[in-house]
Amino acid sequence: MAPVPPLLSMNGITKSFPGVRALDGVDLDVQAGEVHCLLGQNGAGKSTLIKVLAGAHQPDTGTIRWRGEGVTLRSPIAAMRLGIATIYQELDLVEHLSVAENVHLGHEPTAAGFVVRGKVARASTTQLLKRLGHPEIDPARLVGDLSAAQQQIVSMARALSHDVRLIVMDEPSAALDPDEVDNLFRIVGDLTSAGVAVVYISHRLEEIRRIGDRVTVLKDGRAVAGGLPAKTTPTRDVVAMMTGRNVEYVFPERPPKDATGGEPLLEVRGLARHGEFEPLDLTVRPGEIVGLAGLVGSGRSEILETIYGARKPSAGQVLVDGRPLKPGSVRAAVRAGLGLAPEERKAQALLMLESVTRNVSVSSMSRFSRGGWIDRAAELGAARAATRELSLRPDNPSVPVRTLSGGNQQKAVLARWLLRGCRVLLLDEPTRGVDVGARAELYAVVRRLADEGLAVLLVSSEVPEVLGLADRVLVLREGRVVHTAPARELDEHRVLDLVMEGSPAS
Amino acid sequence: MTQHASPPRDSTGKVPSAGAAPAWRGLMARADVRTLSLLGVLAALILIGGITKPDEFLDTRNLQLVLTQGSVIGVVTVGMTFVITSGGIDLSVGAIVALASVWATTVATQEYGFAGILFTAVIVGVACGLVNGVLIAYGAMVPFIATLAMLASARGLALQITDGKTQIVTIPSVLDLGERDAYVLGIPPLVMVFAVVTIIGWLILNRTTFGRRTVAVGGNAEAARLAGIDVRRQRLYLYLLSGLCCGIAAFMLIILSGSGQNTNGNLYELDAIAAAIIGGTLLSGGRGTITGSVLGVLIFTTITNIFALNNLQSDVQQIAKGAIIVAAVLVQRRTASTT
Repeated sequence: MAPVPPLLSMNGITKSFPGVRALDGVDLDVQAGEVHCLLGQNGAGKSTLIKVLAGAHQPDTGTIRWRGEGVTLRSPIAAMRLGIATIYQELDLVEHLSVAENVHLGHEPTAAGFVVRGKVARASTTQLLKRLGHPEIDPARLVGDLSAAQQQIVSMARALSHDVRLIVMDEPSAALDPDEVDNLFRIVGDLTSAGVAVVYISHRLEEIRRIGDRVTVLKDGRAVAGGLPAKTTPTRDVVAMMTGRNVEYVFPERPPKDATGGEPLLEVRGLARHGEFEPLDLTVRPGEIVGLAGLVGSGRSEILETIYGARKPSAGQVLVDGRPLKPGSVRAAVRAGLGLAPEERKAQALLMLESVTRNVSVSSMSRFSRGGWIDRAAELGAARAATRELSLRPDNPSVPVRTLSGGNQQKAVLARWLLRGCRVLLLDEPTRGVDVGARAELYAVVRRLADEGLAVLLVSSEVPEVLGLADRVLVLREGRVVHTAPARELDEHRVLDLVMEGSPAS
Repeated sequence: MTQHASPPRDSTGKVPSAGAAPAWRGLMARADVRTLSLLGVLAALILIGGITKPDEFLDTRNLQLVLTQGSVIGVVTVGMTFVITSGGIDLSVGAIVALASVWATTVATQEYGFAGILFTAVIVGVACGLVNGVLIAYGAMVPFIATLAMLASARGLALQITDGKTQIVTIPSVLDLGERDAYVLGIPPLVMVFAVVTIIGWLILNRTTFGRRTVAVGGNAEAARLAGIDVRRQRLYLYLLSGLCCGIAAFMLIILSGSGQNTNGNLYELDAIAAAIIGGTLLSGGRGTITGSVLGVLIFTTITNIFALNNLQSDVQQIAKGAIIVAAVLVQRRTASTT
């Protein structure tokens, strides 16, 4: 039998941006009908590689062969014509158009060349949605009204509306709940059994074990390993290849103290918001890390933002040091010593055009100013001290914050509150978008801040993170606390049971 | 406990050497590519003016005229720069200048003399800014719409007050400020006002918490709110500031023209926005430069002057202005992507 050429083979791809060599001779080959996983830390070159594959970036050197023939992907349209579709992490849908219009955007079924045949578009969209296991999505609805998970389905339907042979999925599970992830995997299975190849990017190693056929690991713009068997390569090896080290999660040790002694620093009494979460009571003492575990949509972020005053509660109150906060006022919360590291770091916390210094000092400007006049030397000095304390890299607070890695951007946010003298830290998904290697360092920072007397309230969708870092865990399900226990008495399995079933399964 | 995995390789943030650099180098670093290219354009224009009309263009009187004309729109542009830096827009500046100038020159106001005119111009400007600010900050109206409504209303009110007639100013102390006798070392008082407003504006934007908050609100309003900044109050102040600048500009225009007219300040909004944009202020907010705005104003007034001296009609001027705006934005995009 003659050897079948791979569906796609990329050879020696390089791509440089001003000051950065993003890809440094990457090889990737993908067979028809396989799930090829792409692994690597942030900045390893994954995004650049898939943008080259999608025709969004032109490689500086290197060749791309498609079904054995050399091709040039001049534009996203050129890639799409060949049958390469990409589902980006940041979904590229038009919110004000309907599901059907989005699915057929750019290739609308038309009569006489320009009259859009809406009925045909809706019918074919219904078909696609059914195939994707989501017949409940109405093709006539506006995409902006859909949940993140549903939008992802629409994005996938759009990819399938073309005659695709290869689909690139960039962290498709990041915004999904476990049962939605199951549906995603079923779809991936359907696609591959129909001969479509899937390039799957994820941070979650267990997902790659479940659905991957082969793995290519990128590090610093190079493929350090290509085409490894996904199911049998030991996790330790994969992590070692990604990081150059043999650690996955390292949690700092809990102090052997009994935290029950101190008075609660943060106290939440009957706090509720209609339709988001039910009356909630919790306390956090100085030195304590309390974790909220729950699924996406269980009200975790909403709870943090309401405590912080960014949302107005429909009932209940928040007390700091026994004094009630003005509800719905961020400024009151900040004055009382609260600080929030929000889930969407770039959208909710950082001033991306500004330097690290200005991002750190923004909440404490009155400390370096007299009569509104800023003492810039004092500002720089304080920012330097705060960022050094968290070992933020590079050790130069004058660089633009956008040039920092995810972990260091998170440190910049923490430095902001450290400088402010914040006493209650609210952390919403603190390690989202943070490299595996940098996570352990962030965990250590959070624990150290707690040891120094801060009260920390932590929200994370990664159960091991909550269990590893927190002293006490509240398990949330559909906006309600279903269980509270010291972290050491819980394990991942039990938390997941609680999160799914809502009752302690023991 | 653990080593940092890999230092960020993104080398766009070059690490400047910490040692004491010579003064000129600090100056060069601060005067970024954009400012230098604007200065280059201005120099080229002066060269063109000097070559095409050597006697007339470089004449002291002509240069004084150029600067005086630029001063009025310049003061408006300083206010506009703040608003745009915060992610907003103020389309009503020209109409506010018109309303303030006619309100300050009614027969009734002129009875109070110099102080009456100055006070009225400034108060009318600030009051219009207050309305804009309240609608935008607390009424959650889109700045484009709120200030468009103000544009229409203020122009209408100005017409109603004047009934379309020019209101001649009869206060000698006001008119004297426009005379050559009032020039100090050859500098017209209006140019000095512009210089003072520019310096104060630069200091506020670059050296005060107010400036920082303006930039923060424009760069990421949600992040600014969650960082504890009172975003709404800041927005209110910014439109007040723009209104104040319009009031000052109206007073300058009264001095310059010796009158108040409801057609004053026509299309100032476009000139001010254009000057700010070619100067390097981001229309989307988050980055603003007073220096750039002032250079933008000077470039536009110089062009107007050169064209007028060469007997080119205003239609040609408009086309040239449009071309310059496009060219400036294209150049900026190029420099932005390579730095």
